Amino acid sequence: MASTGLLKLESDAKIADASRRLGMPRREFLQFCATVAAGLGLPPGAEAAVAEAVATKKRPSVIWLHFQECTGCTESLLRAEHPTLERLILDVISLDYHETLFAAAGHQVEQARKKAMADNKGAYVLVIEGAIPTRDGGIYCKIGGQTAIELARECAADAAAVIAIGSCASWGGMPSTDPNPTGASGVAEVLGKPVATIPGCPPNPYNFLSTVVHFLTFGALPPVDQLGRPQFAYSRLVHENCERRAHFDAGRFAMNFGDEGHRKGYCLYKLGCKGPETYANCPTILFGDAGAGTWPVGCGHPCIGCTEQGVGFTKPIHMLAKVRNVEPPQQYPRIVEEQGVGATMGSAATLAAVAGAAAGAGAMVARNLGVSHQQAEEAERARTASEKTEA
Amino acid sequence: MSAQSHAKPAAVGGSLFNATTLICGVLIAVMAAIVLVRLVFGLGATTNLNDGYSWGIWVVVDVFIGSALACGGFSVALLVYIFNKGEYHPLVRPALLGSLFGYTLAGAAITFDLGRWWNFWHIFWPGYFNVNSVMFEVAACITLYIIVMWIEFSPVFLEKLGLHDARKKLEKILYIFIALGVVLPMMHQASLGTMLVVMGGQVNALWQTPMQPLLYLLSAITLGYGVVLFESCVAASAYRRQIEVQMLNPLARVMLGIMAVYLLVRFADLAVRGVLGQAFQLNGIALTFWIENACYIAPFLLIGTVAARRNPARLFLAGVAVMLGGILLRLNGFLIAFDTGPGWTYFPSVPELLVTIGVFAAEILGYIIITRRFPVLPREEAYAQPAHG
Repeated sequence: MASTGLLKLESDAKIADASRRLGMPRREFLQFCATVAAGLGLPPGAEAAVAEAVATKKRPSVIWLHFQECTGCTESLLRAEHPTLERLILDVISLDYHETLFAAAGHQVEQARKKAMADNKGAYVLVIEGAIPTRDGGIYCKIGGQTAIELARECAADAAAVIAIGSCASWGGMPSTDPNPTGASGVAEVLGKPVATIPGCPPNPYNFLSTVVHFLTFGALPPVDQLGRPQFAYSRLVHENCERRAHFDAGRFAMNFGDEGHRKGYCLYKLGCKGPETYANCPTILFGDAGAGTWPVGCGHPCIGCTEQGVGFTKPIHMLAKVRNVEPPQQYPRIVEEQGVGATMGSAATLAAVAGAAAGAGAMVARNLGVSHQQAEEAERARTASEKTEA
Repeated sequence: MSAQSHAKPAAVGGSLFNATTLICGVLIAVMAAIVLVRLVFGLGATTNLNDGYSWGIWVVVDVFIGSALACGGFSVALLVYIFNKGEYHPLVRPALLGSLFGYTLAGAAITFDLGRWWNFWHIFWPGYFNVNSVMFEVAACITLYIIVMWIEFSPVFLEKLGLHDARKKLEKILYIFIALGVVLPMMHQASLGTMLVVMGGQVNALWQTPMQPLLYLLSAITLGYGVVLFESCVAASAYRRQIEVQMLNPLARVMLGIMAVYLLVRFADLAVRGVLGQAFQLNGIALTFWIENACYIAPFLLIGTVAARRNPARLFLAGVAVMLGGILLRLNGFLIAFDTGPGWTYFPSVPELLVTIGVFAAEILGYIIITRRFPVLPREEAYAQPAHG
């Protein structure tokens, strides 16, 4: 089935060419394709489609714009390891315009962008990194004399798909923090139409990569949530798969940075961790390909909620998160629960006194009633007797 | 109504200060102090409740037993208004008074037992209703019944205050409240039995039966008559009044009839479910089962004949036996034969006992004050006659 699909491809000449081109062993290339397909949550068989697409399809043209940002997203992408991104991003896609990575500069580069747009009209992928300033006509960010707004609109007009990478491009991110002097906005807001967003500060490179490969394989972007985030990466709370979740459930919290609980790796919720209200796959795919624990919470820092509009760069880091799934109780049951005490001297005596008093009073009432009844009966008998004698 | 043909009710009069009222006052003060501590420092500070026994005597005695003992008003109203036995009418007001206090205090006592008592109003707020809950049925029904009872009883206050126009207007629509006053307790006294059913396997098989709602209802009705017997005898004894034996005699017969039905259902159910054998094992559970049922059988021996029913002492003892039987039915089901697993035990703490005693003291004090100052008991001429007719 699926595996046989991949196995067949193993001896395929196209696959061999592709793996040679990418500078990775054939088996590693196929493993990469299978990992991407699995990461996207695709059905069995899709890994073969991915491998075939990467090996045979014309590399899609990608135009990458930078606006109000720190280039952290690009830096993050450069550190992807399997395979090294410079190989993949240069060989799997045709990166026709990227300010950071281009050796050329000035009019030459702008020319390259215009040519790529004209050559691949309606077929290229536009990636935008950074927020777009909108105040005062958008004058706070200009490239080649054009404002960011103009550039974004011009490039988006003929794009097959628009991907906003990073929190800044997704909704404004850090530059849009109050009082937001430049009117920094997300791409979707400026273009007036929904776009796929890969929020994060920086976003995980594999989330971006998987989105691009999905586009390459199926000609469309993967399913997204209401904020444009691909569901394969952003449908679960950080809290759900957090390695410290057991501590949360058990009520073991770090209360201060460096305290005993913090050193022991307890839950960071009470230090302001936003994992309980942030949707991202950080705890499952980690960062930097460096192994276990390589993500913020794993290193002992609370999640700041960078993938969540209204949380990251908005809520103070120390502020308690609003737990979206299960609120922790105010108190936890004791490990050894008291099972109750039996009768004590005092309680038994009190109960006995009440019972005794009630029984005594009852007996007295019954006796008095009985006596008066007897007297009444006797009086009755005496009266009938005297009536008889009179008669 | 049929009240016209009987002696009109009148206030007993006399001083409100005597040894009984004084003791009641002290017990109520003690209860108030403990309740204050409980409301501020919580259930753990005052009770022996634990995770195994989340219901103690405050629920089982104050509410379950308290409200069952307060069924006198309902049982007598059933007889007078539904079965049109007007001759029992003089018993309605005193019985209703006992019910009024029993239920009002049961409603108040449930507040002491709520962990987060300041949320008590949630049950009356539509947004919080859980219409599938038997607890909700009981809470809503008891609350309505308390309101209905105060309306039913309000002619007494209107008479005392001389508001005769208001009383006449009220009496025109009073039949609605009388009807409600019979329906509502039938609903929730049965539901109190349902609560035992939903406790599942924690309840001993001798008490765990789907027939429990019917048993609770039947036992509540008999308890009502038992309390009337008890209350009439005690009131006569304490106030040195004549005993209404001519009414109590046939009333006791009605009670015996319902008790026979009760015993039939009780033992037939045990036999059909095949657990009757458990009643013949040598253990405490079987013992308390037989004490409970002995209390139900005793009245047949005490007041089985018309002649025996003429003796107020026997009527009194029969009333006490019925009350004890009803009390034990509830205590056994919810506490004594209630097993939540190994290790769990419960016995009420001294503060818990004192609060429950205080609740009953409040009922007695209230009864004394109202009967001495308001027209409840039938007017009594100066009799030189014997204590029965």
